[in-house]
Amino acid sequence: MAKAKTFQDLILTLQDYWAKQGCVILQPYDLQMGAGTFNPATTLRSLGERPWRAAYVQPCRRPKDGRYGENPNRLQHYYQYQVILKPAPKEVLDLYLGSLKAIGLDPALHDIRFVEDDWESPTLGAWGLGWEVWCDGMEITQFTYFQQVGGIDCDPVSAEITYGLERLAMYVQNVEFVYDLAFNEQFRYGEVFHQNEQEFSAYNFELADTEILKRHFEDAEKECNALISGNKKLALPAYDQCIKASHCFNLLDARGVISVTERAAYIGRVRNLAKMCSDAWLESPMGAYKPRYG
Amino acid sequence: MADFLLELFSEEIPARMQVQAAKDLERLVVGALSDRGLMFEGVKAFSGPRRLTLAIAGLPAKQPDVKEEKKGPRVGAPEKAIEGFLRGAGVTLDQCQKQNDGKGEFYVAVIDRKGRATADVLAEFLPDVFAKLPWPKSMRFPGSAIRWVRPLHSIVAMFDGEIVPFEFAGVKSGNTTLGHRFLSSGPITVRHFEDYEKRLLDAHVILDAAERKAIILHEVTQKAFALGLDLIADEGLLDEVAGLAEWPVVLIGHIETQFMDVPPEILQTSMRTHQKYFSLRDSKTHKMAARFALVANMAASDGGKEIVTGNERVLRARLSDAKFFWDQDRERTLESRVDDLKAIVFQAKLGTQYERVERIEALAGEIAEKIGADVKKAKRAARLCKADLTTGVVGEFSELQGVMGRYYALHDGEDPDVADAVRDHYKPVGPGDAVPTNKVSIAVALADKLDQLVGFFAIDEKPTGSSDPFALRRAALGLIRIVLSNSIRFEIFSMLLFPAFKAQVELDVMPIKDKAKAIATLQLETSLSAIRNEMVETFTAEPAASERRKLAVRSILEIIEFLADRLKVALRDKGTRHDLIDAVFSRNEDDLVRLVARVEALQSFLKADEGVNLLAGYKRAANILKAEEKKDKKTFDGDPDPEALVAPEEKALYVELATASDLIRAEVERERFVEAMGVMARLRKPVDAFFDKVKVNDDDPKIRENRLKLLARLRATLHLVADFSKIEG
Repeated sequence: MAKAKTFQDLILTLQDYWAKQGCVILQPYDLQMGAGTFNPATTLRSLGERPWRAAYVQPCRRPKDGRYGENPNRLQHYYQYQVILKPAPKEVLDLYLGSLKAIGLDPALHDIRFVEDDWESPTLGAWGLGWEVWCDGMEITQFTYFQQVGGIDCDPVSAEITYGLERLAMYVQNVEFVYDLAFNEQFRYGEVFHQNEQEFSAYNFELADTEILKRHFEDAEKECNALISGNKKLALPAYDQCIKASHCFNLLDARGVISVTERAAYIGRVRNLAKMCSDAWLESPMGAYKPRYG
Repeated sequence: MADFLLELFSEEIPARMQVQAAKDLERLVVGALSDRGLMFEGVKAFSGPRRLTLAIAGLPAKQPDVKEEKKGPRVGAPEKAIEGFLRGAGVTLDQCQKQNDGKGEFYVAVIDRKGRATADVLAEFLPDVFAKLPWPKSMRFPGSAIRWVRPLHSIVAMFDGEIVPFEFAGVKSGNTTLGHRFLSSGPITVRHFEDYEKRLLDAHVILDAAERKAIILHEVTQKAFALGLDLIADEGLLDEVAGLAEWPVVLIGHIETQFMDVPPEILQTSMRTHQKYFSLRDSKTHKMAARFALVANMAASDGGKEIVTGNERVLRARLSDAKFFWDQDRERTLESRVDDLKAIVFQAKLGTQYERVERIEALAGEIAEKIGADVKKAKRAARLCKADLTTGVVGEFSELQGVMGRYYALHDGEDPDVADAVRDHYKPVGPGDAVPTNKVSIAVALADKLDQLVGFFAIDEKPTGSSDPFALRRAALGLIRIVLSNSIRFEIFSMLLFPAFKAQVELDVMPIKDKAKAIATLQLETSLSAIRNEMVETFTAEPAASERRKLAVRSILEIIEFLADRLKVALRDKGTRHDLIDAVFSRNEDDLVRLVARVEALQSFLKADEGVNLLAGYKRAANILKAEEKKDKKTFDGDPDPEALVAPEEKALYVELATASDLIRAEVERERFVEAMGVMARLRKPVDAFFDKVKVNDDDPKIRENRLKLLARLRATLHLVADFSKIEG
């Protein structure tokens, strides 16, 4: 149970661990998104009856959280490690605790707790019940049993495990400033991402062209609609547009050009897209699949 | 007699739900048992992070046998009806008796119901009972058709040492459970509650939440004491952490000195809400200590070193954030933040926080003038009182509103009275919270609560049943407590409610404008009795009165009723009778201080013999009057004619009343209510004598009318003090 020494050791250990649990190890989805949940491998795959197990790193973009590289732990771009298990196996919490052991958190030395924290994503029309997992008072994981996605009941229910990788690594490496993390033996996190944070903070808060973003939002919305209302319902390409619209909204929000009422309207529009895509997914071959039991 | 042990073992149950769930489980199981004729000697319910447990002692092995009679159709009723009855009751005709109910003979099926084995009955009803458990939030999970708070893993159901077999939420009942998640391994087999409790303890689980709380409290106190510190009590937090640990272990950590300049309220709130730590203070200086107590669910192999280090690190990050907000907030004055309130909606129909502040400012000014507070300071405090809502610290910890406002006001160099009022205008927040005593604070606190009450009543957002989303009950109760404990002499309606409405109107708050404007057309310096007459007039004499006016009057009366109800609640704890409050309140008494004095005098009067008898006499008089007024279709309000008095008893009563009514009026005016009651007490004897000797309904109509007038005079005299018709008993 040696501690994962570097940031990438941590990732590799988790990949290895969850691969052994039968998860498909996916590579990050190639679109900008606010959380690993947005990845279609979670949202769409959690709908319908077909069993599914996947694990992946997902880069997350939260434009508003940018701090120009000056905050010890706030980042506008960071990594989540996401595991989705459908249906949620009965021993899922033990599986999860096994992953902590794998990365070197010895439960005999630490105080690991499951503290009530229900999850809701208004943009995805999704919610679930679960916990934030605390290790010595720090939240290291969000654990959720999905109840609804895109306004549709999840049946069977999936378990979603989301690790905040930087935070977890900071804990394992005993580091206070995220940029001090050892990415590997040679490079620090700051060398990899500090300039990224500086430049994107400036982009997110100052320079992103809001007119272009508004147009992009409209375009994505339009295309999503078209892809779903056409003769060929294409759930996956349509959902890509939903992800794009959501990211445009996040950028507009960071630029501070959205009023309170507009905000609710934008969220409602993204949710509509997510709902349509979810419906379309359930009519697609993968989504409509009925397992044969016995 | 046998015992029943039940345990529902699941993944971690939210701390806030555990205790209630155990109570609900007990209530439902006990109810189901008694519905089925199963009595027992005792029941205990336990809750914790992963389990709900019920231990029932002294259950019989089987239900008692019962004979049940079922009434059927009449003898000779149509064949079909009889057949249907027999089928329904599951008997044949020769098993039925014939009984006569006085109208004829009918069949009665006598069913001997043999009591069933208790274990069978339990197995049958328990799954239904579990399904009825009202979780505040529940979820579906694989393998279960039933929702539960979190996935259910196992059920122990042991009756008399044997498994009660059933299935619930995809789980079969059995005789095994698990101990602590990390401090034990493997299943634990149990038979009875005693070995269950003991084996759990061996497996590092303390079953009883009360025991866990006691351990935590004891350990924190001891460890703090060793450092010369005291625990800052926090009952809510204690409840919560007792629900987060099956094996609570208290550890002490350090707060870095760089954070000790931050106001203690911020440190404490941050530690409590984010980290669930207890705060400590120096036993001698009472200053917040640079230590905290955490409750782990783990007896770590290194004695907790890593756990403490980890928690200290997390706290450092948390407090850095808080300190950052605190430093940043002070870079702007509160004054400069007032304009920012224009962007914060208070309530969609009641406008922004800025508009609210303008109303409170106007109102606080008026109230300050009336209670002799510094008007300028009151208005200044009102202007600043909501500005801290825009600060980083309050954004993070809303419960620090007001408290932070005071710190920032002092930092800006505002007057200390103003700063205190900014903090205290929310008070009292709950029944245990202190009431402001500084006059400037009182003015702003009253203005804040009145604006809230008047605003929400005007837009028809009144509390209903258990739902009070805008905390209007708390506002009303707060208002009453402030008025009473500071002995503020106010006619609550004309002096308080009215200006509140006026402020709403003058500031032209759109949606309630109509109602409030209508109210403003009523005379400003009106009184409670005037508004009540207005009400009567509007609804009866003037059917054409505008809808708006009606609404306006109604909404004022609703607030008055609401306040009266809250007053009853406030005084109930002191043992004050609600009917006496009604009796005084309906005499248009709306000065709360005076009202309470009157009620108290009345209550002690009614405890004495004089009071009891006089009340009986009053009731008798009122009943006679009611009947005769109805008969004659007229009232007997005029003065009795002294010449027409015949009996010595009625003459005596006449004389007593003549002096008493003047005296009572005078005493009431001087607010000498005990003395007024003394005068009333003197009426007892003549009243008793009158009813003893005098026949009211004399054959001579003149004498009768005169006697009725005398009774009407008695009623009116007593009404000078209170509406005795509202008094019960």
